[in-house]
Amino acid sequence: MKKADTSLRPIRYYGNGIPYMEESNIKGTLIVIEGPDASGRSTHIGMITAKLEAEGHAVLNTGLRRSELVSEGIMEAKKEHMLGRRTMSLFYAADFADQLENKILPALRAGYIVLADRYIFTLMARDAVRGMSRRWSHHLFGFSVVPDLVFYLDVDPEELVHRVFQKNTFLDYYESGADLGLSDDMYESFIIYQRMIAKEFRRMQSHYALVLINGNRSIPEVNADLQKRIDNFLVTIQH
Amino acid sequence: MTEKYGPKGKLIIVEGVDGSGKSTQIRLLEKWLRYIGMPVFFTEWNSSEQVKEIISRGKRKNLLTPTTFSLLHATDFAARYERNIFPLLRAGYIVLADRYIYTAFARDVVRGCSPEWVRHVYGFAVKPDIAFYFKVPVEISFDRIAKNRPKLKYYEAGMDLNLSNDPFESYRIFQGRIVEQYEDMVEPEGFTIVDGTAGIEEQQKRVRQKVIEILPKNTRRNISAGVI
Repeated sequence: MKKADTSLRPIRYYGNGIPYMEESNIKGTLIVIEGPDASGRSTHIGMITAKLEAEGHAVLNTGLRRSELVSEGIMEAKKEHMLGRRTMSLFYAADFADQLENKILPALRAGYIVLADRYIFTLMARDAVRGMSRRWSHHLFGFSVVPDLVFYLDVDPEELVHRVFQKNTFLDYYESGADLGLSDDMYESFIIYQRMIAKEFRRMQSHYALVLINGNRSIPEVNADLQKRIDNFLVTIQH
Repeated sequence: MTEKYGPKGKLIIVEGVDGSGKSTQIRLLEKWLRYIGMPVFFTEWNSSEQVKEIISRGKRKNLLTPTTFSLLHATDFAARYERNIFPLLRAGYIVLADRYIYTAFARDVVRGCSPEWVRHVYGFAVKPDIAFYFKVPVEISFDRIAKNRPKLKYYEAGMDLNLSNDPFESYRIFQGRIVEQYEDMVEPEGFTIVDGTAGIEEQQKRVRQKVIEILPKNTRRNISAGVI
């Protein structure tokens, strides 16, 4: 059985961290896959999870909006479009914090490989294109653990829109940036918004060590690319 | 984004521990301001319709960590800020807030959050024109609450801090620590101290004296001429 966890190491945070946390060491690995809806995130996470588990690793999947505490509230508020932008971003931050403290950190302590279906970068990109200060977002997420690997599935908006239509017959309100009033034409709004988000990810790339993955390729091709990078990483931490 | 337009209205807030008498005073202030014809809006901590329910659910289940506790209260604050406080200030209202960002600075830090972090989270909020701090020795505010309450709630008593198994004892220690945080803020944040042990009328007099200073000139003139 392979081991991903070599030894205890101190948690790295983006900012001041979680000062009241008593146990400050972890054994596991945190891998994040970012990317827009229909970029193939969940498919890849499923395939990677299966392979890692087959190799004998303990794997935990997490994602945004899955916390017991606030997810329902977020869904309701989104439906009714009644909360302001700042309020929504704090809501999401609370949801994320709940998952980080109650799911991700315990799993990392126990030596799991945590595969996160999106992380703080999606939240920060959404806020930035909505005019919120990047500095504020960065500080807001100062309690977040720095992942070992962050992949961003970069898909051209024109390609993405076709993938969305293979799944649904309509474009999601927020994923099209409809709240931004970019265009009355939903198709155009979607393309413009996804370009803005992608640009924001490129902007964050070096600062947060994001690994950009060309997501325009076929699923097997992209998956092989991701697997290779994850395997290489796991090898390096075993020594 | 919003900061380039300064608000026209005035923001007056009260801070202090439970039982310090601040809510009584701000309610009296509100009545007076309405009576003299000022446009007034009143808001209190943890009261946004959309967020309150989630916070209370989290509290009922004792699900909150210091970080989620802090972020949910910040969400509640932002909801009130974006929906009411800021637009009303822009429109020229006198906004009265029973507790403001300093409540979070005090409580969240006592719970173990980083002081710099909490201040960054609330970095979007405008500074109040007047921040009244109701100063009361912990024994007095504690007595006022303890005598009138058969039971204290889990988070209210600071039970999540493991200070004591007795809720009232935990509450007393918790409140003491909050007072320390407030005391440290008095100078840097420019609090106006009100002696919360003084009589209600006397406190109100002090509050109004300070508020008069920031009212429009003609209102001030009318007040001193006894017209209103």
